[in-house]
Amino acid sequence: MLKDSDRIFTNLYGRHDWGLDGARRRGDWDGTKAILEKGHDWITEQVKASDLRGRGGAGFPAGLKWSFMPKQVDPKRPHYLVVNADESEPGTCKDRDIIRNDPHKLIEGCLVAGFAMRANAGYIYIRGEFINEAKQLEAALDQAYGAGLIGKNACGSGWDFDIYVHRGAGAYICGEETGLLESLEGKPGRPRLKPPFPAAVGLYGCPTTVNNVETIAVAPTILRRGAAWFAGLGRPKNTGTKVFCISGHVNQPCNVEEEMGIPLKELIEKHAGGVRGGWDNLLAIIPGGSSVPLLPKSICDDVLMDFDSLRAVRSGLGTAAVIVMDKSTDVIAAIARLSHFYMHESCGQCTPCREGTGWVYRVMQRMVKGDATVEEIDRLDDVVGQIEGHTICALGDAAAWPVQGLIRHFRPELEARILNYKGVRSSSSGASPASAAA
Amino acid sequence: MPKVTVNGIEVEVPAGATVLQACEQAGAEVPRFCYHDRLSIAGNCRMCLVEVEKSPKPVASCAMPAADGMIVRTNTPQVRKAREGVMEFLLINHPLDCPICDQGGECDLQDQAMSYGRDGSRFDEIKRAVKDKDIGPLVKTIMTRCIHCTRCIRFAEEVAGVEVLGLSGRGEHMEVGPYVEAVVNSELSGNLVDLCPVGALTSKPYAFHARPWELRKTESIDVLDAVGANIRIDARGAEVMRVLPRLNEAINEEWLADKSRYACDGLRKRRLDRCYVRHNGRLEPASWDEAFDAIAARMSGGAGERIAAIAGDLADAESMLLLKELLASLGSSNIDCRQDGAKLDVSSRAGYLFNTTIAGIENADACLLIGSNPRWEAPLVNARLRKRFRRGGFSVGLIGQPVDLTYRYTMIGDGPQASSVLLAGSHPFAGVLKSAKAPMMIVGQGALARPDGAQVLAAARQLALDLGIVRDGWNGFNVLHTAAARVGGLDLGFVPGPSGRDVQGIIEGAGAGAIEIVYLLGADEIDTSRLGRAFVIYQGHHGDAGAKRADVVLPGAAYTEKSATYVSLEGRPQRTRLAVHPLGEAREDWKIIRALSERLGQRLPYDTIEAVRRRLGEVAPSFRALGRIEAASFGRFGAPGGLDVQPFRNAIANYYLTDPISRASDTMAQCVAAFLNPAQQKTGTHG
Repeated sequence: MLKDSDRIFTNLYGRHDWGLDGARRRGDWDGTKAILEKGHDWITEQVKASDLRGRGGAGFPAGLKWSFMPKQVDPKRPHYLVVNADESEPGTCKDRDIIRNDPHKLIEGCLVAGFAMRANAGYIYIRGEFINEAKQLEAALDQAYGAGLIGKNACGSGWDFDIYVHRGAGAYICGEETGLLESLEGKPGRPRLKPPFPAAVGLYGCPTTVNNVETIAVAPTILRRGAAWFAGLGRPKNTGTKVFCISGHVNQPCNVEEEMGIPLKELIEKHAGGVRGGWDNLLAIIPGGSSVPLLPKSICDDVLMDFDSLRAVRSGLGTAAVIVMDKSTDVIAAIARLSHFYMHESCGQCTPCREGTGWVYRVMQRMVKGDATVEEIDRLDDVVGQIEGHTICALGDAAAWPVQGLIRHFRPELEARILNYKGVRSSSSGASPASAAA
Repeated sequence: MPKVTVNGIEVEVPAGATVLQACEQAGAEVPRFCYHDRLSIAGNCRMCLVEVEKSPKPVASCAMPAADGMIVRTNTPQVRKAREGVMEFLLINHPLDCPICDQGGECDLQDQAMSYGRDGSRFDEIKRAVKDKDIGPLVKTIMTRCIHCTRCIRFAEEVAGVEVLGLSGRGEHMEVGPYVEAVVNSELSGNLVDLCPVGALTSKPYAFHARPWELRKTESIDVLDAVGANIRIDARGAEVMRVLPRLNEAINEEWLADKSRYACDGLRKRRLDRCYVRHNGRLEPASWDEAFDAIAARMSGGAGERIAAIAGDLADAESMLLLKELLASLGSSNIDCRQDGAKLDVSSRAGYLFNTTIAGIENADACLLIGSNPRWEAPLVNARLRKRFRRGGFSVGLIGQPVDLTYRYTMIGDGPQASSVLLAGSHPFAGVLKSAKAPMMIVGQGALARPDGAQVLAAARQLALDLGIVRDGWNGFNVLHTAAARVGGLDLGFVPGPSGRDVQGIIEGAGAGAIEIVYLLGADEIDTSRLGRAFVIYQGHHGDAGAKRADVVLPGAAYTEKSATYVSLEGRPQRTRLAVHPLGEAREDWKIIRALSERLGQRLPYDTIEAVRRRLGEVAPSFRALGRIEAASFGRFGAPGGLDVQPFRNAIANYYLTDPISRASDTMAQCVAAFLNPAQQKTGTHG
């Protein structure tokens, strides 16, 4: 269990002052100038050495991403830092609490990261529904500007850095990094083709790095306490601490910062008050937000919560949004609901996702009732496989994985539902076919 | 130059090429829907997925730059599976209406489904239906068939320069169309039909008329503007069903202007299919002999200077040559092919050609337009100008009527005096032209078809020399013609002799009685009411203004009905081919004049079209270079003198109605109503 002294987000629950004074008491904005004085590349190297992986879901090494930015700034093509605060992955609510209760961690992180990638401007693209959080963030920015921490000659370092808050309009796809850039430019949020990657051609065609709120917010603490401290937490390549969002059938749903690699069972028992009705009442857990395949109890018993351990059981850490389902759950309906979400949020740009998500949802709808054939389960698996990996962005994968997880772990459930439905229909012979058509 | 291995075959591709291009170079076929090599890359259909070594996922080859050492495979089971998957997704919501779809038989989706699709359907749900859009009288939409490749959107935005199409909605509710109900107001909109890989956008006038396999395809040349676009005429029986563009990188690339494409229904209407002779004020049907007799009777006693001939905009070079020689043998040099009165000068060929060439526009870096609206006068030239403009570093200036050219330009002035402003260097655009490496100038007929046209021509020439538009190794002086016949007529000298009368002189002479016989070779754009009591012979294919005034009508052949030579505005002689036979008793035009010459006792010594063409080559050697451009040296042309202050008026007032064929076309009439008079609301009594 993470020691209190190793905690980065010391005001995650908003028990203390979120403002500048409170943040300073908690150690934020301490020696920022000294950090900046060590140079652009030193910061990037430190973040690289800390093995910090992106907290937005894909888990790409953050320092490596920063190092893709050009080392020289072309005066016609300024560099940009873009912070992805469009937190819309179902189950995830960590960025919201960070912005709500610890906004200065994010703002300081923006300065440090922006400086490291030689950017003079940063954009925070915040989810449109986060109205109060956006106001809070604006207020925190005003405090930081007022204290000279950002803006012209930020922290007296000689580096100019401005931060702008941009509010989204509520589309999930705008959380995809290039969809976000399109949206930020004022266009419909349709992901771009890669390559070119944003580090080469990003916002307004200029070199850009897009990072998650949590990734940026932990950077100043890493730089203050040293890369070795951060790398010493967790397991190799899966280092540091992580904010887990535990929701669903637990006694105390919560956000909690824990060490990477904590056993899933321990995480739930220690911080969320255990599964409703006890661990044995557990049916399945989605360990990393709606996009990743769920895990049945047998795997949940001893799996560790980090990128590589979850990958080894064919799931993923994603955003570390742990969605717990006890035995009262209709797991097929739960996944069908997610399929509806992905159908609704598909941008419609590329074929497999546009056409496939609707198809999958409709079949899932029938699966919920059991109005299908057993062969259709294999067909469904094949169809989601045709979406996965064939799309422009990862939304296609995200739509495929939950269904794949369901089929992988709950196939007997699906089959039983189908056979049961057939039994119901044949026993009530002469019943109106309306139920089948509904 | 990166080296890429495709299915074991190593190819070297140009830097910046895509994986798809590398595959093509290696002979590996890659199916695609959204990719089109003249449009920007969208990468959204996902049909072109291939396997690239070290890439965990299949890669969309159209959007992936080819890198050195890349190992690409297009024939693995994974690639086949990926294609099958994408194909299946495209088909699940695509209606099964191929039997009533006009795209049937030439549908990319159909073809690729056969080659790359699964053999059966696994989709048991209900298909999507999408409301159709009304985007004008030319393009019919059946949006349920749309596969969202966005080719039409990209074409409209990038090539045509009209931003009316886009995507609205998300996911499976995404639709292609105008955001609000609007017509695609472009002269290139017909190309949307060609680009659409499925039957979502089809040709409205052609709807349900024919199947591609019933059509006889003839490669020919378009004559409804002076560009000389290469076309394919699709005919069934004696009817031209449709006209499609044919690839020619130097002229039209693969595009075609709407008038050239859609006016073909005019070939079925108001046709002259027999001779007529006027008796007691009425045109009455006659045989060829009776018609010739009437002409001969009128000419008895020698014609001499009393006869004159005007060639129209659709006249071919062969018939103009014979008519010229016929009049010469009758003792007249009152001939003119410039029926709009343009003061074009034949003393230097470069003085009336589009010297830069259409493809050459892409090498220019500045352009001055004088009295021209290329968007209407030559839409395909305008498309090239826009293509060049989009590449950047291309400034355009305009002297004349302000119009929407689909690209930005600097307004310099509206009349001839603006050229003196440029000469004096007091307008900033003079500096732009002077500092340009390859500046060009386009002089429209609007600047020349006016009393001071010759002076304007001379002033333009002077401007070209002073501003370096014509220099060693670069000729940026261009005349933009609107008539397909014009350059050919000028090349073979269908202009008045030293003592001859020009169009103006002929009309005035006819009105005053000095000209007693006027021979109109398809000339309909003149003011026929001013011909006085002259005896008018009209030879042509449509009952238009000329035939209405005529005393004898000789039925000729339209451009789809004869093999004839036309010289494009670049000076490129090209030949049309016979796609359908001339209607009824109509004959190829050169034959009519040859037969008439015999009846008049002035037999012209040509018995075959080859003999006429040999003579053409003698008169003007440029006719021998079929399909090629003979460079013309820049000489002296135009006439010095004072310039009028009258502003320039563009030559074409109505793009859709410029010649007898388009005036007879219902489709063109619908275009006028939809595009040019949109304010005219339909009332309850409209169909």
